[in-house]
Amino acid sequence: MPVSTEKPGLKLGKRSRESSDSDWGRDAAMRFRFGIFLLVGLLLLVMVLAAAVGTVEVSPRTILSLLLNRTGLTDFPQTWPLSDETIILHLRLPRVVGAALVGAALSVAGILFQGLLRNPMADPYVIGTSGGAALGASVGVVLSNHFSILGFGTVPTLAFLGATGTMILVYRLSRVGGRTPVVTLLLVGFSVSVILGYTMSFLLIVNDRLQVNVRIIYTWLLGGVTLSRWPQVGIIALIVIVGSVLAFAFARTLNALSLGEEHAAHLGIPVERHKTALIAIGSLLTAAAVTAAGLIGFVGLIVPHFLRLLFGPNHTRLLPLGALGGAAFLVTADLLARIAMPPTELPVGILTAFVGGPAFLFLLRRTKREYRF
Amino acid sequence: MKTIQLHELCFQYNHRPVLERISLEITAGERVALLGPNGAGKTTLLKLISGALVPAQGTVRVNGHKPSGVSKRELARTIAVVPQDFGVPFAFTAREIVELGRTPYLRLLRGVGTGDRLAVERAMELTDTSPLAKRIFNELSGGERQRVMIALALAQEPDILLLDEPTQQLDITRQAEILDLVVDLNRSRGLTVLSAIHDLNLAAVYFHRLIVLHDGSVLADGPPAEVLRPELLEIAYGGPVEVVSIENRSAPVVLPASRTRDGSSKGGNPER
Repeated sequence: MPVSTEKPGLKLGKRSRESSDSDWGRDAAMRFRFGIFLLVGLLLLVMVLAAAVGTVEVSPRTILSLLLNRTGLTDFPQTWPLSDETIILHLRLPRVVGAALVGAALSVAGILFQGLLRNPMADPYVIGTSGGAALGASVGVVLSNHFSILGFGTVPTLAFLGATGTMILVYRLSRVGGRTPVVTLLLVGFSVSVILGYTMSFLLIVNDRLQVNVRIIYTWLLGGVTLSRWPQVGIIALIVIVGSVLAFAFARTLNALSLGEEHAAHLGIPVERHKTALIAIGSLLTAAAVTAAGLIGFVGLIVPHFLRLLFGPNHTRLLPLGALGGAAFLVTADLLARIAMPPTELPVGILTAFVGGPAFLFLLRRTKREYRF
Repeated sequence: MKTIQLHELCFQYNHRPVLERISLEITAGERVALLGPNGAGKTTLLKLISGALVPAQGTVRVNGHKPSGVSKRELARTIAVVPQDFGVPFAFTAREIVELGRTPYLRLLRGVGTGDRLAVERAMELTDTSPLAKRIFNELSGGERQRVMIALALAQEPDILLLDEPTQQLDITRQAEILDLVVDLNRSRGLTVLSAIHDLNLAAVYFHRLIVLHDGSVLADGPPAEVLRPELLEIAYGGPVEVVSIENRSAPVVLPASRTRDGSSKGGNPER
């Protein structure tokens, strides 16, 4: 951090626009723009890389050429086998884009919950929201297996209800006198997650005995990107984009909430209404991420934390950075999960837990001083 | 002009009455201290005026309107509240904290304009917090944080400033610094100031009107010399106090009536 060189002194008048814009303000804005630029570049890079690597290697150049040809703007001569095109367009890209969407959703949901609960530990996985969504989705799968009348929307709808219900429950239970101390939040989140997790196991056992195919629930428990078809990706994309845009609309509310709910009200924020909206948006994003990839922990914790260290906690900047950073992070993690132990494909949840778990503990240890146990 | 009017105001927490039939008026530009022992209802009264609480009975009027009758944004442009010392969960800089004061002026899709930046800078000038702009708010000292919070309140460009124990947990010189600032703002910008304050002596020096709350009602209301009388304070605080006047000082000094003092402890201090 550069040392403060800001000079006091009020400059008024027309020419002061530049000078009244302190170095500091310009600094942060510049860094933000640079950060967005960097993260977009990084995201595109890892996406192309993730599409290129696999049992069949496809050169990044081929990927770019065939994608550009698809847009109809270019017409590179086709020097690659047709099978490559199929692998990229129908196998790898849906998954890569899916991973990016899941990462963005988890990261933005994490930022929303952290701002709402005024607590940097609030990750959708840690506080049980993901667990609620997973249980809801599992119930949805089981139900649609038993009653074929239920349509495609059952799973995501129940995932959303599960996430919202859990969020409201955890929020209510962990509040102590208008605050959400880290101890109660973690204890409540932990207990609720355990209950939800074992309920899922129970569902599995019951359904195994009924010989119903619920393999997807296993995948959800372990956490892995399951998206493989473009229509699914499209639906998730729609939810994640709408959710993120809505989240951005509440950036100033989140900033004001840092001062506490009462003070936020004194700044003209309709606190109760906005809190409800924040819970709904966070649950929606979590539900989308969980239906697409199951339980993936700590993304919503480490990505926002890291970005806050680099760019500060201002939510108008943190939210867009968080979406991009989360996307790049999960695409990378998913790539590593695929290539770490060939031919076995690791569930990406294991990978994020190996990276995120220690980071979480470190964070807890560091902030210990600020909370009285 | 009456800027704050309370009429027969009552409030209770869980059926326990906290305020009973409070009626008072505060004129624009006044500097009023709210005194009384813990639990007398000082903070509750401030919250009723700021709109954080809704009265059970009676009315609050701010500039002629009930707080519940105007939009929250509008109210936030009229009244600014400086809370007791506290921290924020993330590493916001002091300037970012002050910028939050512009929240009631910002529109959803429009950025922070030049007017907002000027208001923030002016607020930081007035509170002498410009040198702290880039520092992390949570890492500032108690007095610095308090000044930043006042700057935040000023960035709201309010008519009324409500303070809740602005000097608590501050060193004696910092206490004077904060209250000097408040007096300054009252004089130079015509801000109406209402502050809950614990310290009777600070109240006597820095405010020209003192209101003593006792058991949920107004026990006394007037200038320091009139309010700071031993018999009155003994009722308010439930114990003996001593009021001493000092030469060349307009405000009297209130001391707790100690049983061990120079005259009465003839046996001397055994620890010496």
